[in-house]
Amino acid sequence: MQVITREQLIEKAVSLLAANTVSCVLGWSRGEFDYDVSPAVFRSEEEVRRNFVWNDFCGANMSKYLISKASGVDGKILVFLKPCDTYSFNQLLTEHKFDREKVYVVAVPCDGMADFRLIKKVCGEGIISIDSEDAILKVKTLYSDSPISVPLTDVLAERCKNCKSKKHVAYDELLGEDGNVLESGRFDEVKKLEAMTAEERFEFWQNELSRCIRCNACRDVCPACTCEKCVFNNPSSGVENKAAANSFEEKLFHIIRAFHVAGRCTDCGECSRVCPQNIPLHLLNRKFIKDINEFYGEYQAGEEIGLRAPLTDYTTEDIEPCEIFHRRDTDA
Amino acid sequence: MQRIGVFVCWCGSNIAGTVDVKAVAEALKNEPGVVFSTNYQYMCSQAGQDMIKAAIAGHKLGGIVVCSCSPRMHEATFRKTASQAGINPYMVEIANIREQCSWVHKDMATGTEKAIILGKAAVAKVNLNTPLTPGESPVTKRALVIGGGIAGIQTALDIADAGFPVDIVETKPTIGGKMAQLDKTFPTLDCAACILTPKMVEVAQHENIRIFSYSEVSEIKGFVGNFDVTIKRKARYVKEDICTGCGACVEKCPMKKIPNEFNLGMDNRSAVYIPFAQAVPKVATIDPNACNMLKNGRCGICAKVCTAGAIDYTQKDEYIEEKYGAIVAATGFNPISMDKFDEFAYSQSKDVITSLEFERLTNAAGPTAGKLLRPSDGKHPHTIVFVQCVGSRCSACTEKGKEYCSKICCMYTAKHAMLTRDKYPDTEVYVFYIDVRTPGKNFDEFYRRAVEEYGVNYIKGMVGKVTPEGSKLKVQASDLIANKQLHIDADLVVLAAAIEPDKSARPLATMLTASMDTNDFFTEAHPKLRPVESPTAGVFLSGTCQGPKDIPETVSQAGAAASKVIGLLAKDKLTGNPCIAKSDEWMCNGCSSCGKVCAYGAITYEEKEFRLPDRTTKIRRVASVNPAVCQGCGACTVTCPSGAMDLNGFTTTQIMAEVDAICK
Repeated sequence: MQVITREQLIEKAVSLLAANTVSCVLGWSRGEFDYDVSPAVFRSEEEVRRNFVWNDFCGANMSKYLISKASGVDGKILVFLKPCDTYSFNQLLTEHKFDREKVYVVAVPCDGMADFRLIKKVCGEGIISIDSEDAILKVKTLYSDSPISVPLTDVLAERCKNCKSKKHVAYDELLGEDGNVLESGRFDEVKKLEAMTAEERFEFWQNELSRCIRCNACRDVCPACTCEKCVFNNPSSGVENKAAANSFEEKLFHIIRAFHVAGRCTDCGECSRVCPQNIPLHLLNRKFIKDINEFYGEYQAGEEIGLRAPLTDYTTEDIEPCEIFHRRDTDA
Repeated sequence: MQRIGVFVCWCGSNIAGTVDVKAVAEALKNEPGVVFSTNYQYMCSQAGQDMIKAAIAGHKLGGIVVCSCSPRMHEATFRKTASQAGINPYMVEIANIREQCSWVHKDMATGTEKAIILGKAAVAKVNLNTPLTPGESPVTKRALVIGGGIAGIQTALDIADAGFPVDIVETKPTIGGKMAQLDKTFPTLDCAACILTPKMVEVAQHENIRIFSYSEVSEIKGFVGNFDVTIKRKARYVKEDICTGCGACVEKCPMKKIPNEFNLGMDNRSAVYIPFAQAVPKVATIDPNACNMLKNGRCGICAKVCTAGAIDYTQKDEYIEEKYGAIVAATGFNPISMDKFDEFAYSQSKDVITSLEFERLTNAAGPTAGKLLRPSDGKHPHTIVFVQCVGSRCSACTEKGKEYCSKICCMYTAKHAMLTRDKYPDTEVYVFYIDVRTPGKNFDEFYRRAVEEYGVNYIKGMVGKVTPEGSKLKVQASDLIANKQLHIDADLVVLAAAIEPDKSARPLATMLTASMDTNDFFTEAHPKLRPVESPTAGVFLSGTCQGPKDIPETVSQAGAAASKVIGLLAKDKLTGNPCIAKSDEWMCNGCSSCGKVCAYGAITYEEKEFRLPDRTTKIRRVASVNPAVCQGCGACTVTCPSGAMDLNGFTTTQIMAEVDAICK
């Protein structure tokens, strides 16, 4: 159950279209199933009224789509952003990925999004429809006579359970009330991994990453992945579309990716959301974020436009590499 | 595949002592691309170089690997050799098997094994080397000297005498610096003003020198040969070209209680002032913080008495832009603050003074007209205690003082002690020291004279505490040789305060992208072989901004810096370094990461139109590197998330090939 209703967002979009403030709308579109919501560009009131949705399954972060969609439009594009999406938005602006003037941001408060995989765990397969009333999801399935009630809090996506911020860090217009940056337990899982022995940790990741089918969905959805030519698509890089030859190589894709986005990753969690194999990829990124915070002081990518990430900045207070090794050795 | 020649140098026994050079040459013969491999006693000798040239011609070599000393030593030599033999100088790779191998290994087997691996890496790299051509850039034939003390003055005079225009930027209203405040100079005891002021006048009259006094450098852009500098000329509220320096305004100014910086606050000056009689330029300056007219519009006397009409209360700070080919830092020093040394009671008693204050007290143009009188009561002091190393050699407590030796204190303290005993033989003089350091021509003789002829009491040991009591200063000290505590009732205590670089040096270094040490002294390009050059091309160092030194040393260094500047300005064109960054525009996504890490401001961004394979066009933001500004440090290449930035001569593929060769 979201505080702002679908109707409110539709009216906002329609009025901005009518006033010619924007010429199109980037938002969530109805899919085959209720939980199957996809990003889409709406160009008319009719399209908006017919297909625009706003429910507990609008997890998709719209920021990255602005790279391709903002440059082509006449006038401005309207985008609806949840609090966590606005961090990606700022980070992309820091990297000059689109023109801020081409975008009209309407900030939407978010009460957390559901993870349909968790609903399936509770209700089984064959979901026909999901309605939500007062933070309770009513799930109809092929195999049950009456709708199954599931509290939203029970099926919240991991990233929403550990929501880092209800505060929008960028917008032109805010619907409802803005929240605050939260104290979240988002590093708890990382701490558990850190507490493992190297062998246990290796086993953990081997178990997770060996399921990877290299579909590249994590990369394609990642707002930090904006290279013109991805190293994994570049024949001259030597690692292009490389099938994993052994159990070591299958990890490298994700570790290279985590290094690649380190310091720029806002922890939006899209990688884990889209992973068809349910690999907790966000844990790799969070390990980097946690280390950066501990080594160089608290840093949240995308908090402001133009921030210098600690990894590409130097201050005399920076930790000495030997100290990092020392900590690792004393922790182990 | 290249045709590569390998040349393994013995460096006498330097390399051959711990590396089996014949085995290295033999092993590298089998590396991909190598068609010739040999060893020789001294590759850098003429005979060695001739051997390389002959092999290049005889074996039609396209690239060479020299296994020898650090590339810092002889890369340039072998590049020249290669180029004389007709191949591109950037087809030369040095495998450092001396500093990084033979010198650090004791065992022949390990040394040889490592030398072979380093050689293989160099061969792997040469296989991927491509010929590079350096760009050229013109030289603006004008130098900027920042700081108008004796260092800046001497550098400017020497450059100007060679026929090149020079500008001096001095933050104070006059040039002259610290030397102008000194009384006599060791070891010859000639008067500082008598030898300095003629030079100041020479600067003022020199047709090639402009003085921007009361000015600061506010921005520096560009690179060696082509610096664009913005100079802030602070408003002095007096028209410099009209003022005759007659001093009528100074005399009539009603605001007379302003602490006089030139005499270190020991007397007062007026709000409109000329720092000292021989100031250059000899023009008045109005202190905006003290002048009633500027503060609240009430007064205007100076304008009325100025017959030349030079006073202008409406003057504003002015910014001028000028181009220079070379920049000399001559920002000088200051004694450190005595705040952290209150055991010597500097803040508690007027009669505890620093050595620089002592200079003013004994100077004929100083607050006491040269009579040595106590600042508190104007009486002649009968017992004087000099404390050396106040804040110098303070390795135990670097929070408080400096780890280094300030170098000049031993000599000036000997001078102060000697002159005091000479002029006032009834005065008892004690000098407390850790060591007396007198390396310099006629220095030790000078110090011995103070002890033997003038009867100065030199006591090895430090003063622990000074306590003002009535009109006396109770000095508690230890005599380390006699191993006893001393208690002296002194009338005056003189502290030889450590010296530190002027506060303007750090921001200047940032503007120049010149490196500094932890004490804020400018770093030299090489401590022994390039002592007057900064590692940043086109930036030179003169005087104490590089390290503590006395006047003769400062003047020699100033001359040396000038000769380096002259050598640069005499060139019409500068050859650049072709090993610079380049951006692959097809891969660059314009994220600006590289621009943020570039210390030289070499990277700019532009919107560029690209034709795509489907015949549409797309406008994208991409990075572009200014080849004249780029120093080839490689920071951008490792920062670029897209892998679009690469360094000519050190491309990622070349480096990975080296790593692969080492790990194979």
